[in-house]
Amino acid sequence: MEVAVVAESKSKPKIKKEAVPIPKQKPEERRHNFNEVALGYTEEQALEEANRCLQCPKPQCVTGCPVEIEIPAFIKLLREGKYEEAIAKIKEKNSLPAICGRVCPQEEQCQLKCVVGKVGEPVSIGRLERFLADWERERGFKVPEIAKPTGKKVAVIGAGPAGLTVAADLAKLGHKVVIFEALHLPGGVLVYGIPEFRLPKKIVQAEVDYIQRLGVELKCGFLVGRTYTIPELLKERGFDAVFIGTGAGLPAFMNVPGEDLGGIYSANEFLIRVNLMKSYAFPCYDTPIRIGKHVVVIGGGNVAMDSARSALRLGAEEVCIVYRRSREELPARKEEIENAEQEGIVCKFLAAPTRFIGDEKGWVKQMECICMELGPPDESGRRRPVPVKGSEFVMDTDTVIVAIGRTPNPIIQRTTEGLAVTKWGTIVVDENGKTSLEGVYAGGDIVTGEATVISAMGAGKKAARAIHEYLMKK
Amino acid sequence: MYKILKNEELAPKIKLFEVYAPEMAEKAKPGQFIIVIVDEKGERVPLTIADYDAKKGTISFVFNEVGKSTKQLGLLKKGDSIWNITGPLGNPSEIKHFGRVLCVAGGVMIAPMRLQVKALRYAGNVVVTVVGARIKDLLFYEDEIKALSNEFYVATDDGSKGFKGLDFLKDVLAKEKFDRCVVMGPVVMMKNVSEITKPFGIPTVVTLTPIMVDGMGMCGVCRVTVDRKMMFGCVDGPEFDGHKVDFDGLIKRQRMFLPEERLSSLLWELHGGCRCGGK
Ligand SMILES: Cc1cc2nc3c(=O)[nH]c(=O)nc-3n(C[C@H](O)[C@H](O)[C@H](O)COP(=O)(O)OP(=O)(O)OC[C@H]3O[C@@H](n4cnc5c(N)ncnc54)[C@H](O)[C@@H]3O)c2cc1C
Ligand SMILES: Cc1cc2nc3c(=O)[nH]c(=O)nc-3n(C[C@H](O)[C@H](O)[C@H](O)COP(=O)(O)OP(=O)(O)OC[C@H]3O[C@@H](n4cnc5c(N)ncnc54)[C@H](O)[C@@H]3O)c2cc1C
Ligand code: SF4
Ligand code: FES
Repeated sequence: MEVAVVAESKSKPKIKKEAVPIPKQKPEERRHNFNEVALGYTEEQALEEANRCLQCPKPQCVTGCPVEIEIPAFIKLLREGKYEEAIAKIKEKNSLPAICGRVCPQEEQCQLKCVVGKVGEPVSIGRLERFLADWERERGFKVPEIAKPTGKKVAVIGAGPAGLTVAADLAKLGHKVVIFEALHLPGGVLVYGIPEFRLPKKIVQAEVDYIQRLGVELKCGFLVGRTYTIPELLKERGFDAVFIGTGAGLPAFMNVPGEDLGGIYSANEFLIRVNLMKSYAFPCYDTPIRIGKHVVVIGGGNVAMDSARSALRLGAEEVCIVYRRSREELPARKEEIENAEQEGIVCKFLAAPTRFIGDEKGWVKQMECICMELGPPDESGRRRPVPVKGSEFVMDTDTVIVAIGRTPNPIIQRTTEGLAVTKWGTIVVDENGKTSLEGVYAGGDIVTGEATVISAMGAGKKAARAIHEYLMKK
Repeated sequence: MYKILKNEELAPKIKLFEVYAPEMAEKAKPGQFIIVIVDEKGERVPLTIADYDAKKGTISFVFNEVGKSTKQLGLLKKGDSIWNITGPLGNPSEIKHFGRVLCVAGGVMIAPMRLQVKALRYAGNVVVTVVGARIKDLLFYEDEIKALSNEFYVATDDGSKGFKGLDFLKDVLAKEKFDRCVVMGPVVMMKNVSEITKPFGIPTVVTLTPIMVDGMGMCGVCRVTVDRKMMFGCVDGPEFDGHKVDFDGLIKRQRMFLPEERLSSLLWELHGGCRCGGK
């Protein structure tokens, strides 16, 4: 359907109400493989979608972007077929466009603000970003100009989106950067958490390679706090500044009886086995995973959706998400909820586990739940779930994945004297990411608690600016 | 990549590797462990640090060839490299002057126990050491540990050397007072020794070896119940109070992936691993 949109220009262009849909693998097929679900726009589709942009003189979309990509400008370049310039425009603000184009919650950020969204579907900014990033990656990255060496050395702890962003920005400014990553592969949640079918690991690797080509040194298998501590990095190892980007990697459990039974995984364990260790290819890869017939996932966020969809792909007969609030409160991205439902995942709302029952071998066989109803709103503004007395019921299950949240990694906080920390374990910083210690900055999930890829990158950008200023004054 | 400088067979299927890892060598302490990944497809295998030399920049570990990963590791030779090692991980042992300390080590854990005995002696303790194995052929380091200890005993499950089983410990404990007991070995053995020391009221420290993946507090697979509370073996341990550990729970959890591990090991034995190419 064609509708006229009253834009701020006089020409009143006709704009299609619907966005160009992104081609996807069929649900019946994709539920059996780990290949990417969304296939990406073709050139034609990208141009058609780009043409829906009104090139607003006061673009609202930009205000919704945490790193302020000049969205209309890159869309214009795309439209003119100047793909190289278009991706360069994005990269002025964002070093990980192929990642953001896939996993950013655009519907709540740039696309939420897009004026076309007032009359129809907003411009698919994320899909266009993805198109350009993929276009560039397939042709090989260009390494931008790097400032001449400043002689300053910065240690970045954690190779997640926050750490990678800081490293890239500081390297471009001529500083020597070393990233210390505890795991054996870089990427943080991008490699150990988000599954291959939403974000192929080779894309993360390509973007990390690009950052290494900027001159950043990467040391994996290096747990800061156990090997060197932050004071040691600063005093003995010759670093002039430190950035902490250690994320929120500590799994929460429910503390109900039976939680140590076999077959009960934290979402982190489950996802680390599947993604980082590639258990889906066991026994070709050595790390095993056991998945039963009746899988229950507890929680309702992106982590729960990713776990449920992975379990399905590993061969579960049925996967049920148990969430203690109702459908309206589900915190996961809408698109991913839809994808999950199309694949056959079912949801049980307003229920919470009270105990797990095991077989004689110590493997889980049943889960007892209690029904919930929604009371008045709590501190988070969502209606508080309240247990309904006497409403317990039992479900059969042989695999449970607990996806109820993750808290900050505590090792750095425990081993860095004088570092101010909140009661939730997050690190206290000022508006530039500076911590209570001289020369030490922090950003990402370790500061905010579980958030998003782009907000972690935004924090990284700010911190990079502040670290640069600090180093140049030092 | 971590280069293997020394490869020594201490007993059948028990191997010692010394690798070049200067940063780890500088920081390692008794009681800590490392995580070894043989190659890109490998799993993360936790192994206790058996020795370190900051000057040479080396660390050593001793492992038992039990399943696919340790068998594959065992094939590597001097001069070969290991894909990735992370460490040191876990809390170091508490080493100070306690008084009289009883050290009991079983199987492959005799190796890290040597380090422990050395450190405890250095801190001024009187150390009585017991090394044990299933059969006498699996014993190693006897002379070294004997030389480090004030008193030394050997025990085997089948009685082929020294005492048969660990029941003799009751007599040792009845004879003289101990201020601390340190146990490292198979879980069943640690459980036994903890039961033996309990009536004597001797604080007993065990090194738990739950299944681990990341080894740094991120996955929670290593959860163990200690004093009815959930603890993470990798970051809260690996050492815990032996009188408070739920050993039976730990034994069950250790068996969680047995069928998969057997399959992997069998494929490896039959034709050098899976050949599907990761599909
Ligand atoms: C399953 C899942 C799905 C998600 N889906 C989305 C999504 O679709 N869209 C979205 O925007 N966000 C999503 N998120 C959230 C997003 O991934 C995080 O907000 C983001 O990755 C945070 O980035 P970070 O750099 O702060 O930390 P992380 O990505 O957590 O990276 C931290 C890194 O630091 C390392 N580290 C920790 N401690 C140490 C130490 N002491 N020494 C050295 N290294 C250390 C860790 O190993 C890790 O690699 C998801 C999260 C999960 C778990
Ligand atoms: C903190 C810690 C320190 C350890 N130190 C040593 C050491 O110094 N030397 C040594 O030989 N082994 C040690 N282990 C045990 C070692 O990690 C396992 O034997 C190894 O992972 C087996 O791998 P695999 O693939 O060869 O065998 P798999 O095929 O994975 O397993 C074979 C057998 O080993 C058992 N097993 C598997 N994983 C573990 C585990 N994490 N802990 C205990 N048993 C396991 C299984 O139940 C099975 O019966 C330690 C374990 C931990 C957690
Ligand atoms: S993307 Fe939407 S808000 Fe942004 S310039 Fe285009 S039409 Fe305007
Ligand atoms: S091994 Fe993952 S938390 Fe301990």
